[in-house]
Amino acid sequence: MAASETRTMQTARERAAEYLVRRHYFVWPEALPWVIAVACFFIFPDRMTFGSQVLIMVMFALSLDLILGYAGIVTLGHAAFFGIGAYTVALGFTRLGWSEPISGIIAGGVLAGLVGIAVGWFMLRYRALTLLMLTIAFAAMLQEAGNIRSDFSGGYDGLPGLSFDPLFGTFDYDLYGHTNYWYVLIVLAIVFFVVRRIVYSPFGQALTGIRENVRRMHAIGSPVHRRLVTVYAISAAIAGIAGGLFTQTNAYVTLTVFDFDISAKVMVMLILGGTGRLYGAFLGAAVYMIMEDKLSKMSPAFWQFGIGLLLVLVVMFARRGLLGIAEDWARKFKRGRA
Amino acid sequence: MPQFATIAISVLFDGLAYAMFLFITSVGLSITMGLMGFVNLAHGAFAMAGGYIVVSLTRSLGIDIVPSLIISSVLIALVSIPFERGLYRRLYKATDLEQVLLTIGLAFMAIAAFTYFYGPIPKSVPLPPWLQGDVNLGFRAFPAYRAFVIALGVVLIAVLWYAFEKTNIGAKIRAAVDNRRMAESVGINVDRLFTLTFALGSGLAALGGGLAIQLFGLTPSFAVLYLVLFLIVVAVGGLGSLKGTLVAALVIGIIDTGGKYAYPQAGNFFIYMITVIVLLIRPAGFYGRE
Repeated sequence: MAASETRTMQTARERAAEYLVRRHYFVWPEALPWVIAVACFFIFPDRMTFGSQVLIMVMFALSLDLILGYAGIVTLGHAAFFGIGAYTVALGFTRLGWSEPISGIIAGGVLAGLVGIAVGWFMLRYRALTLLMLTIAFAAMLQEAGNIRSDFSGGYDGLPGLSFDPLFGTFDYDLYGHTNYWYVLIVLAIVFFVVRRIVYSPFGQALTGIRENVRRMHAIGSPVHRRLVTVYAISAAIAGIAGGLFTQTNAYVTLTVFDFDISAKVMVMLILGGTGRLYGAFLGAAVYMIMEDKLSKMSPAFWQFGIGLLLVLVVMFARRGLLGIAEDWARKFKRGRA
Repeated sequence: MPQFATIAISVLFDGLAYAMFLFITSVGLSITMGLMGFVNLAHGAFAMAGGYIVVSLTRSLGIDIVPSLIISSVLIALVSIPFERGLYRRLYKATDLEQVLLTIGLAFMAIAAFTYFYGPIPKSVPLPPWLQGDVNLGFRAFPAYRAFVIALGVVLIAVLWYAFEKTNIGAKIRAAVDNRRMAESVGINVDRLFTLTFALGSGLAALGGGLAIQLFGLTPSFAVLYLVLFLIVVAVGGLGSLKGTLVAALVIGIIDTGGKYAYPQAGNFFIYMITVIVLLIRPAGFYGRE
């Protein structure tokens, strides 16, 4: 009896160990979003500007997933960093004549990340409503500050007529946004693999620990505040890169990038897809953007009502998002076969 | 000097009217959040709905504005009860995130529905003669409508203060905000108390929404646009505190009016700055408990 118990314990332990070793291995379904993204280039060659916008929102939602899905920081002001990136690129061009695109988004990311460190260091000591209000107020403050200096930022009329150099001096932007689509896709792929690496690292594990039980993480001596600020800064930098790409894709930017609506929208996308699972950002942003594109043309009020209803339904019945539902079905299917 | 004094009095007066609007609309939110810790982003939607009911009552049915405000408040208070029983109740123990999502979903639905029926153009309501023009208070004249808002605010503060501090039910609410488990174990039905305060808070929000029509103009996006202000008042004042909500409403109303007067292009910048400073120094607000 004792022997069999030890054996089952051992196998359980082995299985756990194996899970830990293998869980960051790539599995074949992970190629799916990338295959679809490349396929879209060939299927919808005339919708590539919209395609780039979808990919940018995927990146933005991914940055939110890092702090919301993994570290459990609830924010309604993430547009602040998206906007910082967008305006770094735009003002870099209008004020300094900086038109090289890749260094532009890097500058946007770095600046957003630095602001993320500064702001996060202050804000992340707080929780719940206080934190939520601070994030909202910070984004709104940036927007109002931009409006006060509208001679500088272009205000709500925006900064039009931005143009950027060809990528690496060779690949020029074309009218249909083909070059831009590949550019955004490649940047997204790089960002994604960085995020994936972070999530499966011990640092990522510590973040999940903080999300699940802050007190215990404090008790085992984890530097909670420093970890939260670090991940917040990384997330801010990614949002900044997404914002920079947004400016380059549209060749235009207005203060609406700081809107509360944008912060809420990106959260809705992420929730719709599923938080804390990386690919939720892909599914959620794509589904949301495509539905918005189709439905809001029919009737904006109808679309807004639909998204509200969807949120209520997700919270009531599908808290893990669309990918959560898909996982449940996959599990049922497997069990049925076994 | 006299000119400065005139300006100061005008700013103070307008700021006071603004503060009363903020207090009336936010006080219910503060108490329900203090009771259950529920993050209710649909509060602005109840205010907006209340405002539109007033629009319909006055313009379509020709009812005077004062009875309209009362009818609309009572109606919204009643309508909010099934929402609380059916939806909110299931999420009391859920995470902040889920509460945020549910209520923002409700707010979106409300905005869409009211845009569909009333259109996106700002509405106004006809005012009776005694609310138009100025009212003379001896040393100078003030806009009658704003004076009405201030008077209403003062009366409501007195009534709420009495109900909160001197009645049995007020004592129960204070006990439940203080320590919910303890209150439950001495036999207070916190659940029912919550439904009651939720309905009362939504009714007051509807009153605020009705008053807002002539102050700021009412559009469906009122539900989200002003929601941030209500949340700021609640967070700065401290959850579940009547006094805190009043102080926060006064501070924000008066400083914002003054700031906008001195520096019109600043918009709401001053409000957000005050919020950040207060919350960094006192995370639980003026009168909140850490």
